Amino acid sequence: MGQIMEQMPIVVDALNIGFLQTLKLFFVTLIGAFPLGLVIAFGSMSRFGPLKYFSKFVVWIIRGTPLMIQLLIIYYFPGLVLHTPIWGGGESGRFLAAAFSFVLNYACYFSEIYRGGIQGVPIGQEEAGLVLGMTRRQIFFKITLLQMIKRIVPPMSNEIITLVKDTSLARIIALQEIIWAGQAFMKGSHGISGAIWPLFFTAVYYLIFNGILTLLLGRLERRLDYFR
Amino acid sequence: MSILEAEHICKSFNRTKVLKDISFSLEKGQALSIIGSSGSGKTTLLRCLNFLETPDKGIIRVNDEILFDAEDPSTRLEASIRKKRLHFGLVFQSFNLFPQYTALRNVMLARELLASEQPDYKARKKEILEEIRVQAETLLDQMGLANRKDNYPHQLSGGQCQRVAIARALALQPDILCFDEPTSALDPELTGEVLRVIKELADENTTMVIVTHEMAFARDVADHVIFMDDGSIVEQGEPMQVFEHPREERTRQFLQRFTQG
Repeated sequence: MGQIMEQMPIVVDALNIGFLQTLKLFFVTLIGAFPLGLVIAFGSMSRFGPLKYFSKFVVWIIRGTPLMIQLLIIYYFPGLVLHTPIWGGGESGRFLAAAFSFVLNYACYFSEIYRGGIQGVPIGQEEAGLVLGMTRRQIFFKITLLQMIKRIVPPMSNEIITLVKDTSLARIIALQEIIWAGQAFMKGSHGISGAIWPLFFTAVYYLIFNGILTLLLGRLERRLDYFR
Repeated sequence: MSILEAEHICKSFNRTKVLKDISFSLEKGQALSIIGSSGSGKTTLLRCLNFLETPDKGIIRVNDEILFDAEDPSTRLEASIRKKRLHFGLVFQSFNLFPQYTALRNVMLARELLASEQPDYKARKKEILEEIRVQAETLLDQMGLANRKDNYPHQLSGGQCQRVAIARALALQPDILCFDEPTSALDPELTGEVLRVIKELADENTTMVIVTHEMAFARDVADHVIFMDDGSIVEQGEPMQVFEHPREERTRQFLQRFTQG
């Protein structure tokens, strides 16, 4: 126990650095997947057949295979098979590949939630807008969008919390996020080796961050409680 | 001169013929009631007038301007339909108020959006918005909802919601105001307040088309009554004539069923 207390400051410093990379991947994924998901959602609801089936096909592939496999293929395939390493080397290359995989993966999940949210808004809302002379664009932004957001906050909260934990999958391509940082103490890092507790300790970071997110998302849900 | 003329309107969904050669006209300032059993095509007819459905055949004319002609594809363009819809207002059975806006904003929203397309909007923005707000408040006042203007739809009763919906439709000053069974979704004790408001509008010579199951009301409010059955107009005329001395057997049977409860 005494030894752990001694190692603690060193470990926390290293884990903080790893967690920063975790957070970076988390926020980049959200920023990319929020809008891309909407594009895919509109694609899969399109009246234009080829676009609709293409969108549904992509969603099927992405949701039907493990994110870990997607990470491996996206990171290694261009370099090892096509001999055109598009991601560049080092940590920045790994981050780029991880961010791309996560954005694509989460956009597909978000798109299905968006679709449910949009289709859940009663058709009468659109019709009321139409007979009042609104354009489809005005109807979407002024009427449908907020009602859709209200509907999707609970399922999106779920996905967002899952994403926090899923970022750990980027460990598989050696992205130096918090799991990687914790595991490093097993092999030896910062003068500590053979220690497994730092790896277990990473759970605390996830737990605290998800606690904060749960509070924030709960507050957002309550802010939208003013209408039904 | 007729403000509205519908000629030979036909509409099918898949194989089902919902409207079979419907023709009628409406004079300015008059109220037309359309009665008939469920599934007779009344609602579809209203939806055709409001361009929520596209008739397969027929012509719709307002103030002698052809708004829709099934034979003329240029009258079907989405962009022009939007402006044409503004000749009509529609009050839905289920209100369809926008839940995220207060009663007042529900009434103001469409006019605000239209105003923002005017060329002088930027210069006169404050003035225009103030004008729209005053008009909306006046309308809500007229509907007896002056003290409800800041409430959200879920805080209002069904009857109050429907009155907001009527104010919302009136805000755009349509030539013809259409009602699609405006009291069918209401508790019986709330129908009175909505019917009273519609009656007041009729007394002010608002041009209206009212689809309703309230026979006493239809008779009281209308200048002209159409009885529809199975997608066709069976009989039309003045309320006294249709209700008291129906010429057609089908009208007689329908009215009998209703008066017997």
